[in-house]
Amino acid sequence: MVNSRDPKSTIAAVQHPTVGEAGKTGTWRTFRPVIDENKCILVTSPKARCHTCWMFCPEGNISKTRPPRVNYDYCKGCGICAQSCPHDAIAMRKEEDEP
Amino acid sequence: MTSGGKQEAEDASRPVPPARETLILTGNHAASFAVKAARVQVISAYPITPQSPVVEKLSEFVEDGELKARMIRVESEQSAMASLISASTTGTRVFTATSSHGLSYMHEQLAWAAGTRLPVVMCIVTRAIGAPWSVWPDHQDAVSERDTGWIQIFCEDNQEIYDTVLEAYKIAEDERVYLPVAVCYDGYILSHTLMPVELMSQAEVDKFLPPFKSHLMLAMSMDDPVGVNPVTVPEPREGFPAYMELRHRMQKALEGAAAVMEEVEAEFAKVSGRHHGGAVRSYRLDDAEVALVGMGSCSSQAKVAIDDLRAAGIKAGVLTVRLFRPFPKRQIREVLKGKKVVAVFDRDVAYGLEGALCAETKASLYGIPDPPYVHGFIVGIGGRDFTTENAIEGTRLAVERSRNREIHDETTWLNLMEGE
Repeated sequence: MVNSRDPKSTIAAVQHPTVGEAGKTGTWRTFRPVIDENKCILVTSPKARCHTCWMFCPEGNISKTRPPRVNYDYCKGCGICAQSCPHDAIAMRKEEDEP
Repeated sequence: MTSGGKQEAEDASRPVPPARETLILTGNHAASFAVKAARVQVISAYPITPQSPVVEKLSEFVEDGELKARMIRVESEQSAMASLISASTTGTRVFTATSSHGLSYMHEQLAWAAGTRLPVVMCIVTRAIGAPWSVWPDHQDAVSERDTGWIQIFCEDNQEIYDTVLEAYKIAEDERVYLPVAVCYDGYILSHTLMPVELMSQAEVDKFLPPFKSHLMLAMSMDDPVGVNPVTVPEPREGFPAYMELRHRMQKALEGAAAVMEEVEAEFAKVSGRHHGGAVRSYRLDDAEVALVGMGSCSSQAKVAIDDLRAAGIKAGVLTVRLFRPFPKRQIREVLKGKKVVAVFDRDVAYGLEGALCAETKASLYGIPDPPYVHGFIVGIGGRDFTTENAIEGTRLAVERSRNREIHDETTWLNLMEGE
């Protein structure tokens, strides 16, 4: 019996999605997204709903919290969150400029 | 059973169940009727001559409600195969058909279907590959895809197309195989020629071909989802096979597929009363000293030459290679050992070498004691006729050159224009 979860009998490659399956991809980053809590509507307006950055992050590296937090271990710095933020609350800063 | 024509099948005398009907069908429509009988669930295709009528007929069946399948209209052959790969992963029985440049355009996805071990079934209505532009038949398109991991079966008449499509699903979905199958037949020569085709009853087909279960169904759980085909690193990880192990498993499955095909044929013969020979089919080879070897239309034409060759004192017979991938080395060795001369007629060129079938026939015979003299011929490229006279001319030349066991590194082409 072929079972893709059994290493002896599997005939195709399958992967169980886990955090860091491809290593710490945060090292690839040139620019890092920095969330300005004074502009993020989730902070400035406690009843507001947004989480657009969380929705758009292709790597699932932004938490659905108030304010949202970026996981810099895996964030590749693509900048999609900064582009998608309707309140201009995310800035892309060059890695060496700030810690 | 590797020899004996379908007319010699053991069960040919059994009574035909009343639910069967015989229709006069083109090769393309024979394929469509088989796909309908197989209860295919997803069909995705892009039109190309001479394949288009296969899918046109299927779309009529779907439109009329005779076949409960989803037709996906795609913008290219690449997308056709990509959509079938996704559908097949979830345990859906799928079908497509294509020809020539459409097949070339699918090339990358062919490798993905095989590497994911999905039992996709496709008809390749074989046709020349440009340049220059040609819409006429030869085997170049299918032969050019031989290294993608697909099983390839070549047919010689419309009944064989109908039967082979049904067998193809059974072979592809066998747990020992789990590989895609291409059912190949000559453009126009079969695709647009009408012949009587006996259709099986739906009950017979349902019994022969139970619903398909994907090997990935266990993985496709909504509660514990997985990604299929992630990047595999060169070395095994956490005990799981890496690229090299998975490719090794694919090759092992191909190596065993010829035996599975012969089992499936035997089972099909019990239901249908027809047997097409398994991996290879012999015609008047038992007492022959000379074997003419070909696939599809080449072997049909070679058979017509046998009476004339025998009248002229050349004891000849024909070996039809049905299964081109995996190449049936053992079966070919068994049938051709003891023959004096083998003339291989290729409707394709492994450019820079010689005809693909010839090169592989030679390789299959390597190492046997007192091997036959093998001579290849390139015939019928781009729709040029391959005539009975050509088959006789080639066989005579092979017999003549065999006397001194002449080695010819250059290829021999038949029926070229004068002075070429």
